[in-house]
Amino acid sequence: MAGDELILLNYWISMFGARVRIALEEKGLNYEYREENLQNKSPLLLQMNPVHKKIPVLIHNGKPICESNIIVQYIDEFWNDKTPLLPSDPYEKAQARFWADYIDKKLYDSGRKITWNKNKEEAEEGKKEVLEIFKVLEGALGDKPYFGGENFGYVDISLIGFHMWFYAYETIANFSIEAECPKLMAWDKRCLERKTVAKSLGDPKAVYDIVLKSRKIKGLD
Amino acid sequence: MAPEKELVQLIGFWGSPYVLSVRWALKLKGIEYEYHEENLLKKSPLLLQYNPVYKKVPVLLHNGKPLVESLMIIQYIDETWKQNPLQPQDPYERAKTLFWAKFAHEKCIAPMVSSFFKIGEEQEKCVKEACEHLRTLESALEEGKRFFGGETIGFVDIAAAWMGCWARIIEEILSVKLIDEEKMPRLIAWFSNVVEVPALKECMPPTQNLLEHNIKFRKFLVAAAERLQSVPLTGN
Repeated sequence: MAGDELILLNYWISMFGARVRIALEEKGLNYEYREENLQNKSPLLLQMNPVHKKIPVLIHNGKPICESNIIVQYIDEFWNDKTPLLPSDPYEKAQARFWADYIDKKLYDSGRKITWNKNKEEAEEGKKEVLEIFKVLEGALGDKPYFGGENFGYVDISLIGFHMWFYAYETIANFSIEAECPKLMAWDKRCLERKTVAKSLGDPKAVYDIVLKSRKIKGLD
Repeated sequence: MAPEKELVQLIGFWGSPYVLSVRWALKLKGIEYEYHEENLLKKSPLLLQYNPVYKKVPVLLHNGKPLVESLMIIQYIDETWKQNPLQPQDPYERAKTLFWAKFAHEKCIAPMVSSFFKIGEEQEKCVKEACEHLRTLESALEEGKRFFGGETIGFVDIAAAWMGCWARIIEEILSVKLIDEEKMPRLIAWFSNVVEVPALKECMPPTQNLLEHNIKFRKFLVAAAERLQSVPLTGN
């Protein structure tokens, strides 16, 4: 649409910001990407997300939308003439929202137990929880290529940002997601074949390096 | 096109505010439904079958297909039955509505509820957190508007305005202060505006029953915590 101004405030390692980048790419939208330094948040970020002061924030013609899954739904509803991300059937839409919400409620916190563990026990606990969550998600995926069926969509977008963090999880807690959840990793590879995903995700090894540096600074290692 | 025979069933617990918010949505839409009361101490095979991930109420069954998590159930109801829309049509306004419903649930209600399950310092922390976020919610309410979105009742109202009643119950049982009359006049007015809508008032469980039930529940939680610690707890 001519005249639409889109700005995305993000930090590249965020699995939540990745959702928004992928959604914008899937819709073929032009946007300005602005990297935030979370140790020194920009006045724009603080002005556009005064409640949470967090990324990602999408600014559309000067109006902010916050919370990654809400942003993705907004993108899908506003640019509803192409590449639907959510199903049109209300029940299937509810199912998609359920799984995205499940990912939000569970995966981030359990993943943090691994990356910011204070000891081996906590990392081990995080690993067990993460694997349990992955197994539940594998059940939801079943034999379908994507969570929504034949087409890449909302739940896939919700989860694939975590790909950037898989290497960190595996290396810190010493396990292989592939060995435990081969179906999920097959889905992961399939998603990474999409240009929209590949260009929206940072390098997992670079994420791991940042985690290690942060751990040292926080006195965890 | 002949309307499909709709079978709507709600699995709930009379004392759950999340179940109440779904009942409010169904009532406002004029949807007839069968209600199944669940014994939360002995969950039915039906509940475990329809909500295997969380094993919680409410569960809405629409022609046998389950929906769970109150906010998502209300969204589904709004999108399936188009009369009396609860969410705005405009995508930006919808996003704002979802944002505030999520904020109310995660930042105000969650710590309020958590405080009920805690004692001492941990309880104080939850109460402080709830109060801080309630002040933010206060500032999101516009002066002079009857409901969250304006003059028509909507999504945020039914998702969250019940928290006024539950906050008072928690305050009484734990002897804590959540709702500040001086700092939260708009919140107090909003709670009352929503709950006094006749259709919604009809669905409210009697406050006395809620109080008695939660007093018993709190005693049970404290006793369980004491058994774990094997020392009596101070405070409520």
